[in-house]
Amino acid sequence: MHRSETLVQWSLAVVALSAIAVLALIIIFIFKEGSPIIARLGIAQFITGTKWSPTRGMFGILPMILGSVWVTLGALIIGVPIGLATAIFLAEMAPSRTSQILKSAIQLLAGIPSVVFGFIGLIILVPLIRKWLGGPGFSVLAAGIVLGIMILPTIVSVCYDVFKAVPQAYREGMLALGATRWQTIRMVVLPAARPGIIAAVILGMGRAVGETMAVIMVAGNATKIPISPLAPVRTLTSNIALEMGYAVGEHREALFATGIVLFVIIALLNTLARLVARVEKV
Amino acid sequence: MVEIEAVRGKGAREDNNRRIPENGSPVKIHAHNFSFFYGDHLALRNVSLEIRHNQLFTIMGPSGSGKTTFLRALNRLGDLIPNTRHEGSLKIDGTDVYDSRTDIAELRRNVGMVFALPVALPMSIFSNVAHGPRMQGVRHQKELEEIVEKALRDAILWDEVKDRLSDNASRLSGGQLQRLSIARVLALEPEIILLDEPTSGLDPISTLRIEELLWELVERYTIVLVTHNPLQAARIDSRTAFFLMGELIETGSAYDIFTRPKDKRTEDYVSGKFG
Repeated sequence: MHRSETLVQWSLAVVALSAIAVLALIIIFIFKEGSPIIARLGIAQFITGTKWSPTRGMFGILPMILGSVWVTLGALIIGVPIGLATAIFLAEMAPSRTSQILKSAIQLLAGIPSVVFGFIGLIILVPLIRKWLGGPGFSVLAAGIVLGIMILPTIVSVCYDVFKAVPQAYREGMLALGATRWQTIRMVVLPAARPGIIAAVILGMGRAVGETMAVIMVAGNATKIPISPLAPVRTLTSNIALEMGYAVGEHREALFATGIVLFVIIALLNTLARLVARVEKV
Repeated sequence: MVEIEAVRGKGAREDNNRRIPENGSPVKIHAHNFSFFYGDHLALRNVSLEIRHNQLFTIMGPSGSGKTTFLRALNRLGDLIPNTRHEGSLKIDGTDVYDSRTDIAELRRNVGMVFALPVALPMSIFSNVAHGPRMQGVRHQKELEEIVEKALRDAILWDEVKDRLSDNASRLSGGQLQRLSIARVLALEPEIILLDEPTSGLDPISTLRIEELLWELVERYTIVLVTHNPLQAARIDSRTAFFLMGELIETGSAYDIFTRPKDKRTEDYVSGKFG
């Protein structure tokens, strides 16, 4: 009687498991290819080494780790305030029609290929920075601005949903006490939404860390520790993408090892986002 | 049952008649041909009524009768819904609440509101009550403590929460939470208190406590209570208005409304034929 039911259940289970199996395979492959060199050099040597010179057998990825950190921080400094302000406006202030239109416009931003962001950054932003602020233009700043715009859809839509989930009764309760709209947002909506906002920031962070193409096009990609926002920089992802085409042997292993580091960072960020989101529900 | 009787024993029923202000007491709220629309939908049609100073005024009616709409017009909370408009006049102390010069925040401080679902703002018990005064600019801790204690005492909640004022307010029971909502309103020292079905989510004992509390508060405030429950209107036994489908059917003392209604529809409602 339940045979068809069982069949459906098993087929779905197989499909679900195969998706997870692919993930497992990727992880196993990256670790298999990347871990020998980490073992040979020592994890400390690999992560804290400041020289990346594959032809001379030097594989230190600290400049790239710091590069990813600076660029991501830049993206957050630019993306979070704008994204948060946009979400507040859309969820709390704009008339619902305006809100719908603007929200779809921002969703559209998420659909623009990253190479287009990189291209616009390359032909507009980089020359502007070179002209007005000095340096080569290819810089932490350029990458931060481009990434800051790219993480906007994530920040805006997650924050928007979080604000919409704040019970209307809180707002009415506040307004009925004679609060202004801004007082209501500041004193009740934002505090109630705080865990969700933090989760949004972490998700945006994950996106910024992982982005590759747009960053390669505007960041300059020098394998030196950036000493100023105007200095060129290379991120972990860029490192892999730029050199994968011609890397062999130890060099290739070092790139996979870079992938391991990246993977661990993103896994940590995702776990963090999930933990924060869980705190919210309690 | 014994407990209910005990609570009711102190209740308002036997001596409330003398508490109903004479017709001579000044008019506090005056609606004249007041109509309210949500888009094209007419939610209130030509309502005219007077509510006097220190009067406990009960508005009863089934859902969709416009009673909540009327209440939310009084503190302009109806403004939150887009595409609404009104006709006629709705005056508090002679000033139209829809006058363009009305300071809405000021109006809402003066016309406090208690909702059907008690709201714990996501903060401590103390802060819930202190919140209104704080927004008003009261910063001094000592002063805030006095205001909070007085408001909680007036709402008959002080003894139950005085030892855990810093607990999160969401840990209170429904009945306590509703009295907290009342304390939150009292802390602002309004002149009018609106209650929108404040006991709809409460057990019978908590309900009686709130009803009893209203008769104490009316000494100092003008109170407008909305209820969909005719039995509650009968228990409260104050001046009562019956709303139906956006119209005010009739107004009178609860005694008159329940024993000799002028309108057939009122009679059907109070005798439970619909509602």
